[in-house]
Amino acid sequence: MRVLGIETSCDETGIAIYDSELGLLSHQLYSQVKLHADYGGVVPELASRDHVRKTLPLIRAALKEASSSAADIDGVAYTAGPGLAGALLVGAAIGRSLALAWQKPAIGVHHMEGHLLAPMLEANPPAFPFLALLVSGGHTQLVAVAGIGQYQLLGESIDDAAGEAFDKTAKLMGLDYPGGPLLAKMATAGNPTAHRFPRPMLDRPGLDFSFSGLKTAAANVIAKAGTDDQARADIAASFQQAVVDTLVAKCERALQQTGLNRLVVAGGVSANTSLRQQLAVLLQQRGGQVFYPRKEFCTDNGAMIAFAGHQRLVAGQQQDLAIAVQPRWPMEQLSPI
Amino acid sequence: MKLLALDTSTEACSVALRLNDEVLALDEVCPQQHSKRVLPMVQQLLSDAGLTLSQLDGLVFGKGPGSFTGVRIGVGVAQGLAFGADLPLYGISTLAAMAQAAQRLHQARQVLAAIDARMAEIYFGEYQLDDSGVMQLQGLEQAIRPELLQPRTHSAECTAVGTGWQTYGAVLQQWQPAQSTDILYPSARDMLTLAGPAWQAGSFVAAEQAEPSYVRDTVSWQKLPGR
Repeated sequence: MRVLGIETSCDETGIAIYDSELGLLSHQLYSQVKLHADYGGVVPELASRDHVRKTLPLIRAALKEASSSAADIDGVAYTAGPGLAGALLVGAAIGRSLALAWQKPAIGVHHMEGHLLAPMLEANPPAFPFLALLVSGGHTQLVAVAGIGQYQLLGESIDDAAGEAFDKTAKLMGLDYPGGPLLAKMATAGNPTAHRFPRPMLDRPGLDFSFSGLKTAAANVIAKAGTDDQARADIAASFQQAVVDTLVAKCERALQQTGLNRLVVAGGVSANTSLRQQLAVLLQQRGGQVFYPRKEFCTDNGAMIAFAGHQRLVAGQQQDLAIAVQPRWPMEQLSPI
Repeated sequence: MKLLALDTSTEACSVALRLNDEVLALDEVCPQQHSKRVLPMVQQLLSDAGLTLSQLDGLVFGKGPGSFTGVRIGVGVAQGLAFGADLPLYGISTLAAMAQAAQRLHQARQVLAAIDARMAEIYFGEYQLDDSGVMQLQGLEQAIRPELLQPRTHSAECTAVGTGWQTYGAVLQQWQPAQSTDILYPSARDMLTLAGPAWQAGSFVAAEQAEPSYVRDTVSWQKLPGR
């Protein structure tokens, strides 16, 4: 089965084609990051308008890259949530209608299921069951994964997502939007023990996260640091260390609690080098293994949607003619296959 | 000529099919439900006519103005259907469609069309019937505060259509035409009429080129709360 995947849940338009036998045949991505940079954050209405302009040209490009004609496509998958309602509706409207015109089945995919299955596109895919850390600008979640659609949410951020804390702190330091990756780059020149920032919620049981207090603590230090490059790099490194320590500690706690020894890490922050180094140490100590998507699939993309949709279409699931999106969609509501 | 038209720009959702001289149409008022209703309505019309999409010659869609989300559902559905069935596309204004409805139902020749645009504005357009029986826009469509409206032509023969006249009845009273109608929403049926000349002229475009017409392009954009 060959599936076209469409991702439009936030500020990236991603289109890809996945084939049961041949694997990933093509993927196309357009990032709107420049469009939103002037506003210092994603403007939902502008995001939706841009998805309308980009989706069909990228579908045409993905078909061409895959040397595939419309007749070769056996199903269409689109992100149905969670995400920005208006942005989701563009991909869903185009995807559902395209499937009707092709007389092929369609499936709405959960964006986070896409992320956590993304490592399965790699040569050494993780086997079920595993623990997943989903960590991006919109989400920070720990999920126990027994199989596709069998998810238990173990913990999540009660306020800012980890990537959001990176971006907001970067903004406080005057870095261009989205500043998270720039902050991480700056951190490589800094001393991570220069400042002792709080490790939120490590002092109490449970697997939830909180990052807004950390951002506030950083704000106080940033105000005093002035423009000295080393002082700024030290703040960046110390901030990053606090976030990474918190994520790693909660992963360790979750592995302990569930008895799992495979960890999947996905979402934009999973590209962070410091996080990867510390998780490698943790899993080595525990005799386990950590899995990542390739870096370009850490952030939003169509490949993960084509893959997750493929798994569900192959299992016989499909959508009726309603163009349905769920901007808020708890993972635990997904059906197993 | 076999054309299918659809519109989801306002509180109404409509689909219409032209088979040479015959027109089949479905009209519903279903706020917030367009995304669920529009494809089943398309399917029903095609099935009533015994046609598949690929047997059509082209698609017509309501391009706005209206609710931003509604406009995008319409253009997205039209793009998906047209790309999938390899059909050319053409967008029709919702204001023009209501003007054309006033001609169809009330033999109107001059129409003032106003849609409640929220944010204390209306989408407004003036239309005049041409010799071939098609409504033509006079000037530009605009998003405007109703108290600032200055119609180009204002006469007792004008006909009023659209929700703007209800919402801003008091403010717009000085422009209220003699003929008020019960035409509140556009219908895909009238978009077929308006698309006729464009079809004859070969003005339909490829699916990728189909663009919405939001009319309001200069609101101060709000980013995500708290970011």
